[in-house]
This record gives sequence, C-alpha cells and structure tokens, in this order.
Amino acid sequence: MATKASPEDVRRLAALSRIEISDADLQSFAEEFDAILAYVGKLEELTLPSVSERVLPAVRNVLREDGEPHAPGVYTEKIVEQFPERDGNYLSVKQILSHD
Amino acid sequence: MTKLNELTITEAARMLRAGECTVRELWDACALVAQERSLELNAYLELFDADNVAIAAAQKRIDEEGEKAPLLCGIPLAIKDNILIEGHVASAASKMLENYTATYDATVIKKLKEAGALFVGRTNMDEFAMGSSTENSAYGTVKNPHDVSRVPGGSSGGSASAVASHGAIASLGSDTGGSIRQPAAHCGLVGLKPTYGAVSRYGAIALGSSLDQIGPFGKSVADTKALFETIYGKDPLDATTTDSSTYPVRECGEKLRIGVPRHLLTEGIDADLLEAFETTLTKFSDEGHTLVDIELPTSSYALPVYYVIMPAEASANLARYDGVRYGHTARGKDLLEDYVKSKTEGFGKETIRRILLGTFVLSSGYIDAYYRKADAARGLLTSEYDEAFKTCDVIAFPTTPSPAFKFGEKTDPVSMYLEDVFTVTANLTGMPALSVPMGTVVRAGSTLPVGMHFTAPKGAEDVLFKAGAFVTGETL
Repeated sequence: MATKASPEDVRRLAALSRIEISDADLQSFAEEFDAILAYVGKLEELTLPSVSERVLPAVRNVLREDGEPHAPGVYTEKIVEQFPERDGNYLSVKQILSHD
Repeated sequence: MTKLNELTITEAARMLRAGECTVRELWDACALVAQERSLELNAYLELFDADNVAIAAAQKRIDEEGEKAPLLCGIPLAIKDNILIEGHVASAASKMLENYTATYDATVIKKLKEAGALFVGRTNMDEFAMGSSTENSAYGTVKNPHDVSRVPGGSSGGSASAVASHGAIASLGSDTGGSIRQPAAHCGLVGLKPTYGAVSRYGAIALGSSLDQIGPFGKSVADTKALFETIYGKDPLDATTTDSSTYPVRECGEKLRIGVPRHLLTEGIDADLLEAFETTLTKFSDEGHTLVDIELPTSSYALPVYYVIMPAEASANLARYDGVRYGHTARGKDLLEDYVKSKTEGFGKETIRRILLGTFVLSSGYIDAYYRKADAARGLLTSEYDEAFKTCDVIAFPTTPSPAFKFGEKTDPVSMYLEDVFTVTANLTGMPALSVPMGTVVRAGSTLPVGMHFTAPKGAEDVLFKAGAFVTGETL
C-alpha cells in the first residue's frame, strides 16, 4: 500500500472532486499526500477479524411512516431567498441539455 | 465579588433566583466582555444584538417559576458557527457559506430556546470543523486567553476561547475527532463529546456523519452536565439519535474502577503533563478508587483509521456545496465550470486537502485497502474497548500529549493530525468522553492548563461526570 502520489494523481482527484488546483500547488499537495498516506499506511500491518465477527450498531435502518406534512409553501420564501438566482419561486440554473 | 460573567451556570442560576442579579445584568456583563476582547481573541465571528424579548421572557419565567425554571433560563451561551440558529448566518467559518442564513433552528437550539437560554454570538472555528488549532478558519485565527501567542485548540476553538475569557457562561461545540475535548483541555475547561446519537445533529453542518456529535463546554462538570441534559434525547429529525433504552444502564459503585492503558503512555507525551496525570491518578487511588491496567492494542492504529474514515465522509458531505442552491456561487461558461469555480473559490486549503484525500480512499482500486480496512479496524477497536469495560468503569489518559502550542508551530498536516491521537478513538467507537482540567504546566513563562480524558461505555455519561467531578473537586 506504499502509495506515492504524483502531481498528476492530485490533478485527477481534484477533477473528480470538481476542484481546480493551480500548477504551483500541485507539487505541495502531492508531497503532503505522501506524508499522510505513509502515516495512514500503518493500517496495512493490521490483521482483522472476518466480516461475520463484526458487531452491528445498536441503531440502524430507522424508518418511519410518512405523515403530518406541513402546509404547502410555509418554508418556500426562506429557502428561495438563499438561491443565487431565482425566477419567481423557481431556482434558476444554466441550461444543461444542448439542442445542437 | 466574582463578576457576573465569570460565574458558572449553577452560580448564576442561584443568583438569578435569589434576585441578586437580573438576566439583563448577566447578559450585559457577558456581552460587554465578549465585545471588549473580540478584536484580541477573535473568538466570535458575530456578536448578536441583545434579544430584549427573550431577556424579558427569561426574567419573567425565573420570577414566576423560581426553582422550577430550567437551570439554563437566562444564561448567555456561545454557539459554534456550524450549528444553525434561524435568521442568523451559519458559515462553518468558510467562505463557502459566508452569506448563508439559517432557515431553521437546529434541534439543540430549539431545546435551548425552550429552556430560556440566550445566545451571545456565533463562534469562530476551523473551516467545516477541520483542524485542531482554529488556524484553518477563513476569518482569522482564534487566540488562547491563557496566552494569546498560542492556539486555543480546535476545531471548536472559538467556543472554548469565548468561555475561558468569560465572554459567555458556557458554549456548544461539535466534536468529530476531539474538537470539543482538545480545545477544552487547552483552555482549562470541561468539554464533553456525548455518546454517538445522544444529541441530535439536525441543523448541524456535517463533517463526518458517523463521527460528529454536538456537545457542551463548561467552566465546571456541573455546567457541562446541565447543558448536556438540556440538549440530549431522541429526535425524529435525526435518525441516528438514541434514547435511554438503547444501551444497557451501567451500574458503578461509590468507588470507580479507572482503567489506564499504560502501553499508550510510554512515549510522545510531555513529562510534566504525564506527571500531572499521574498525580491525578494517585488522588483517585488515595480516595479508595481502583486503578486497573488495561490493554487497547489497536489504539495505535486509531488515528490512521480516523484519517481514512473522516475524509471519506467529509468528501461525500461537502459535495453538496456546488454553487447551485445556496452558498458561494461563481459562474463559468457551463454548469461544470459553475461547480468548479464555486468550490475552488469557496473552500480553504485544509478542506480541499481532506476532500481530495477522501476522494482518494473511496476511489476504485483503493477503497478496499483504505476505507474498508479502516472500517473493519474501527469494529476491532470498539470490541477492545467493550472488553476493557468489563474490568473498569472509565478509561483514563491525558486529553493531549502537550499543552497549547504556538501559532504556526505545526505546519505539516501529519503533525497537526497527531494532536488528536488520544481523542479520535471515542468518535470511532461512538463512546462518550470528557476532558477535565487536571492541572497546569509552564511553557516559556506561561502557565497553561492540561486536561484529563475519560471514556465511558455508550450511554454512560453519568459515570464520566462522576469521574470528572472527582478531579475538579465538585459535588454534583
């Protein structure tokens, strides 16, 4: 697991994360990544129990019946106020499908 | 006479009921000091105007109900900036949410309002709670009131600094890997990370959803307990919340059995801090409590496990900030460019680092080696703690290996991450943990507080309070 991160790896992860990293920062991110991964890589030494021996959490799969809806529109204005762009009570976004 | 803002919750509540001070006077005392020290400490991102209606209502309730009024009625509190208060900005100290106004109250805020508590302001923190020094805030660092050349710890550094400087009577923070307990230790306060699920996270800005808990800072164990008892409980709006029947009740006798994992204390801890720890342990045994040697062999892997799980969850949680519906918005030539510009401009460096790290450990080809392995190790760690709790009531070690450090002292990420070496395990196991002041050490002429850390089985906060009160010399 002794992974080495190259500036190119960092650029690829940034693209997956929808983040842009300047060329100047790529190298330092890669170096920090190496240090972090070297530390986290200690995990490799661990021998772990099989899946069947694992303990499940006390609270899981919490479901409830739908019910008691609030009156329509009572929160609309507050939420719409946070929109960067609005068209009436609609969220205005860029066109995502092209007609070309 | 002690100044009003320097009182504990229990002292202030007594004086309010005895008519020795008014809610207005208590508010004014806290608000004034918060204002006076705001430039120097930067503990608050925003100080709220006095809520005259709430102040009058709290006074009326105390006058009418007396002892029956909630203990927190009329008490000014500081709230970490990742907890939503309707109508106020909640920025998580990020440029991303600089102009985001909370559209609803977090459940903890709703409960505090019902109890009549008042809010002095929202406190500075590491951006999205990522850090151990509050140096990652987009709005400047927070200073430690014990020595302003030092960090208050983090990520809830503002909540700790605000209370330690008496700019609030008590406060709320959040703890994902030690973010309440470590700043509590560095600022000489009591800090609690409740059992996972004990306190609702509805209205808390998420970092690592399997780790995050909201919890209190207080000047005493009694204050911390009072705040916890006001905010805890099952909440239909947070499916991870538990109730008193979820975990078996832990019976412990008058005398506690304190488990000490000696093998974790052999290196990396400052000698005088370890001495303060040993002195405190001796006080326990002198009073008839029992010290038990315990083994937690997987503990040395806890921090690597944490730095896989937490970034993985952070990268998923922070994906929601895309510039489309709320938060920082930048526009490019197409929708993809909108996302990229908004995120790149909105997030700080440590946030980006953790998003990338999380994306890496979850990516095809690495998820088994990192994320799945860490998740399994987490289970092993929990079963070791469960095993240890068969022979002891609480587990004790120092909260941090060293006292508060100077600004800029820890420049590489790994050395900063090591600040949380003792605290992360309670988040990974979901167990409740408390830091209480256990003494002081001297660094370069400054007297700095250090903390003792107790972990208890899930649902056993009361055992923690008992152990903590012994250290502080309180009678609960």
